[in-house]
Amino acid sequence: MAVKDYIRKRFFPHLWCPGCGHGTIMTAIIRAIENLDLKKNNMVVVSGIGCSARISGYLDFHTMHTLHGRALAFATGVKLSRPELTVLVPMGDGDACAIGGNHFIHAARRNIDVTAIIMNNNIYGMTGGQYSPLTEYGDLATTAPYGNIDHSFDVVKLATGAGASFVARTTTYHVNPMIKILEKAIMHKGFSVVEVLSQCPEQFGRRNNIPSAVDMLNSYKTNTTPIGSKEKEKNPDLIERGIFVQEERPEYCAEYDKVIERASKGR
Amino acid sequence: MKKDIVFVQGNEACVRGALYAGLDFFAGYPITPSTEIAELLSEHLPAKKGKFIQMEDEISSMCAIIGASLTGKKVMTATSGPGFSLKQEALGFAVMTETPCVIVDVQRGGPSTGLPTSGSQGDVMQARWGIHGDHAIIVLTASNGQDVFAMTVEAFNLAEIFRTPVILLLDEVVGHTRERLVEPKAGEINVVERLRTSVPEGTDYHPYLPREDGRLPMSDFGGTHRHNITGLAHDMWGFPSNKPDVVYGLMHHLVDKIETHVNEITRIKEFFVEDAECLLVSYGSAARTALHIVKNRRARGEKLGLLELQTLWPFPARLVRERCSSANHIIVVEMNMGQILGEVKKAVENPERVFLANKIDGGFITPTDVLNFIRITQGKGV
Ligand SMILES: Cc1ncc(C[n+]2csc(CCOP(=O)(O)OP(=O)(O)O)c2C)c(N)n1
Repeated sequence: MAVKDYIRKRFFPHLWCPGCGHGTIMTAIIRAIENLDLKKNNMVVVSGIGCSARISGYLDFHTMHTLHGRALAFATGVKLSRPELTVLVPMGDGDACAIGGNHFIHAARRNIDVTAIIMNNNIYGMTGGQYSPLTEYGDLATTAPYGNIDHSFDVVKLATGAGASFVARTTTYHVNPMIKILEKAIMHKGFSVVEVLSQCPEQFGRRNNIPSAVDMLNSYKTNTTPIGSKEKEKNPDLIERGIFVQEERPEYCAEYDKVIERASKGR
Repeated sequence: MKKDIVFVQGNEACVRGALYAGLDFFAGYPITPSTEIAELLSEHLPAKKGKFIQMEDEISSMCAIIGASLTGKKVMTATSGPGFSLKQEALGFAVMTETPCVIVDVQRGGPSTGLPTSGSQGDVMQARWGIHGDHAIIVLTASNGQDVFAMTVEAFNLAEIFRTPVILLLDEVVGHTRERLVEPKAGEINVVERLRTSVPEGTDYHPYLPREDGRLPMSDFGGTHRHNITGLAHDMWGFPSNKPDVVYGLMHHLVDKIETHVNEITRIKEFFVEDAECLLVSYGSAARTALHIVKNRRARGEKLGLLELQTLWPFPARLVRERCSSANHIIVVEMNMGQILGEVKKAVENPERVFLANKIDGGFITPTDVLNFIRITQGKGV
């Protein structure tokens, strides 16, 4: 099928700025779903609030555009109630790691079979460029005009520490690997986290001396390296990409089925 | 025929009512004095293949039940004071997206952590206006275990009929009082099932296009109609819109679907109202005290009556005005600083007839408390 078979034309034009990386992630998600031959009626996309969160409306699945930071909590209700559905949760970095940080670590801890895609543009895009928990120390933002003094989370470490059983990182420059990673994440039985570095030239780049989308994309090429590469040894500042965690662990809905079984026998 | 009689707390009556109504999914976070509801459901829901989950907080509990409701399930959460405050954001989402769900608030003393183990009725206005933006909401209450059961079923029914969250406002006294409950047989109380769309697959389904009777048939997530849900102002497709005519229509729909059905939503109980010279207006546990006084004084020939409200919102103003028309004194008995008092004053003619008999120190309002207020209104002193 073509990409257009997975989107809702009624919803367009989209609201993303020229050069934004979020559209690339949407296309990759569609490709992954197509490659996996998943049925549209079986797909649920739950998002929060932010530029990233608008992705849910554009996709022709069962879609929920919810509250800032709360997408995983809504998704938990959907998934536990109908475990046979495939649930994707695209989130912004603020959405996932600031206001939604608590829901994020608890969804990971439960290992509920939901795929969280963190569209990390290192900034609050929708509200106009305030710093997020993934804005680096020293970066500029509308609320950090003298430079950010907060230290950023490492999403991969955060998700791993919280118990996610699939954790990966990729970028909008690496589209084909991103599609492959998304396929694996969706098929993984358990809580999957895919962090995608996504350029925001408008709200982040402009303020931080990298105003062109092309330059930002190139920086993903030069500043990242596959997990365990020689380059990383030479240059420890490089950001690793690839699959960090992929483990089979008891999944929440499957565990709940055991509870039902025990309950039917009485305590 | 043997009746199913049990001796249970109000919180358990609520659980039994919810299961009777067909509860499939509960998400919650422990908080006194509502915790028994979660504990009991963690035991009983899995036994009927229902889902129970203890979430990380009240925010996520509220979100989870909305998610589950959209897949076609009957859902509930239960909380108290601080937790009820946390639920407001997602409660607003349920209002805006017209998602049926039941929220139980077993009231305790507030504000803040307040009095965790004391009865109070301080959340009446929060239940009405806790969420931001203009909206209408249905809030029910009950004064004893039997009524808690019935009102819980009603809450589920009204949630489905009006596609809306319904708040069941209990209080610590009702929630924790253990008393006799005659469990209704299946079919004894009407149970309303979800209205689902009859639009066939392949034909456009509009999640927010009301039928002629104003009701909005739903389509389950995971079913054949893929649609969008958003907390943004939206059109009949569920797509965000800020067009003034669309927003205007939506706002009126959200308010009118409830406010124009006050009569259908109103539940009351009346005791000697007709010829009452002194009419007590009360609800929840406070109404037990009011009823005690009314029965007692009637036996002595005093013309006291009680109007017990079981629907607090939408406030049945016309009915209250009518019932209060011939009383000399109207005494609102409640455990707050006059949250329903103001509504009664607004509703009746000659509002100077309306007085408040209340208690706000964490103790339960007693017949003596109320009688003292009555004596003062009658110029007799305490
Ligand atoms: C409770 C609440 N607080 C704040 C906001 C305002 N708000 C909307 S989007 C957003 C941040 C968006 O940033 P991010 O999640 O990183 O996503 P992006 O827009 O960058 O894709 C904020 C603060 C809100 N909608 N709700």
